[in-house]
Amino acid sequence: MPKLLGLRCRECGAEYELQATHVCEMCFGPLDAVYDEAALKKIVSRSRIEQGPSSMWRYRDLLPVEDSVAVVTLGEGFTPLVKAERLGAELGLRNLYLKNDSMNPTNSFKDRVVSVAISWARAHGFETIACASTGNLANAVAAYAARAGLECFVFIPIDLEPAKVAAISVFDPNLVAVRGNYDDVNRLCSQLIESTPWAFCNINIRPFYAEGSKTLTFETAEQLGWRLPDEIIIPIASGCQFVRHRQAARELMEYGLVRGERVPAFTGAQALGCAPVYNAFHSDTPDRVLPVKPNTIAKSIAIGNPSDGVYVNRIARETGGVVEAVTEEEIVEAIRLLARTEGIFTETAGGVTIGVLAKLARAGRWKGDETVVAYVTGHGLKTADVLASANGHSSKRVEIEPTMKSFREKVSIS
Amino acid sequence: MAQFRIPGPLRRLSDGQVTVAVEASDLASAIEALDARYPGFRDRLLDEKGELRQFVNVYLNDEDVRLGSGLQAKVGERDEISIVPAVAGGR
Repeated sequence: MPKLLGLRCRECGAEYELQATHVCEMCFGPLDAVYDEAALKKIVSRSRIEQGPSSMWRYRDLLPVEDSVAVVTLGEGFTPLVKAERLGAELGLRNLYLKNDSMNPTNSFKDRVVSVAISWARAHGFETIACASTGNLANAVAAYAARAGLECFVFIPIDLEPAKVAAISVFDPNLVAVRGNYDDVNRLCSQLIESTPWAFCNINIRPFYAEGSKTLTFETAEQLGWRLPDEIIIPIASGCQFVRHRQAARELMEYGLVRGERVPAFTGAQALGCAPVYNAFHSDTPDRVLPVKPNTIAKSIAIGNPSDGVYVNRIARETGGVVEAVTEEEIVEAIRLLARTEGIFTETAGGVTIGVLAKLARAGRWKGDETVVAYVTGHGLKTADVLASANGHSSKRVEIEPTMKSFREKVSIS
Repeated sequence: MAQFRIPGPLRRLSDGQVTVAVEASDLASAIEALDARYPGFRDRLLDEKGELRQFVNVYLNDEDVRLGSGLQAKVGERDEISIVPAVAGGR
């Protein structure tokens, strides 16, 4: 029995057959995958999940890929949830946890969504996978397309840094450099879906792609002993994953996987240099997210025109969360803080998340005993250049001659 | 005349036409002219307050009109107006 029934518009409820399409013909609202929940209720259980693979595919019953499909996987997900004792001590949080998603195969959270998207696309006869991206998504798409043996087209802004281009190019995709910024590339691809028979991960197969995000929250709950935390801090780009995490919490409750009825507070993190959702959250009209021109080092989350921004604000308010933003300096400071206290090196988007966590903690948001989880979504080597430009050398660096004398003179050992 | 580019989901309204030419001085009047020729477009593009709907992006010669004058944006003879569904993205 297929578990997927079709697609449904989140705005007007119009229903569609399963297909590679992402917007409602009636109102342009986003389409979501619809599952046969009654059938799933009969089979989904903690023990069934615990017997599954040590990857996000242990939640396969709750993902939009039928049982008969061979999935395209590199072992993504089931990343470490670490208790952050030392960072927690600095911030006055005794139950702080970090979900370290930089431990994924291409070192970012995107492996989750891309594994689902490409599995779905290959099973539905697509021969070419495509995306508009500035790094993390392109990295994942190029790697998983190579793994699946599918053609791959990656559209990037022409000024993308050489290091990022190299990390994408190694997988040998067709690379299209567009003279424009990310929002320009994204618009071009939104128009291209009509004239190419391709699966664009973040556009026409978005309803399936987006579902992969849920596994981050499923895993967090399982790793906490099948309970949800009090608050989750999530970086906001398009807002797509934020919305899926709320849905994941709902599913964990509906399928009886977690104890308790309390929904976590969902809190969003943005860089002030690209903060359209934050701006709207703190305005009189949170339901109107106005686009901005991004200008931040947190490029992997710099979307000036976030499609799910309105939903982020609704969910944050409904669950008692907030949307907060940090400066460029605070992003770099947070990267260093996380590295210094927990041994985790995160990219600028992770700096935004930890920066917002620190800002809220220092402003007295928590009493101290709450269980707070921050999603660290990408590895620091992806954006190491921001540390070099901000005096990347350690203040503890010394240079010495290769002699014992020089060592004793220059290095103080307590 | 300015040219509208109609996205796939709305071509049912335009008898399958990908481009539609209209006579107009600004974006608001261009949408009125489009709706006069192919009824239904106004409701799909504008909300009850007469503002652009949340999930509709409109580009005037590749520039997002929300970053500029919105519906008051001046429309010239050779301008291209693209309607693009907003739901996309994720870097």
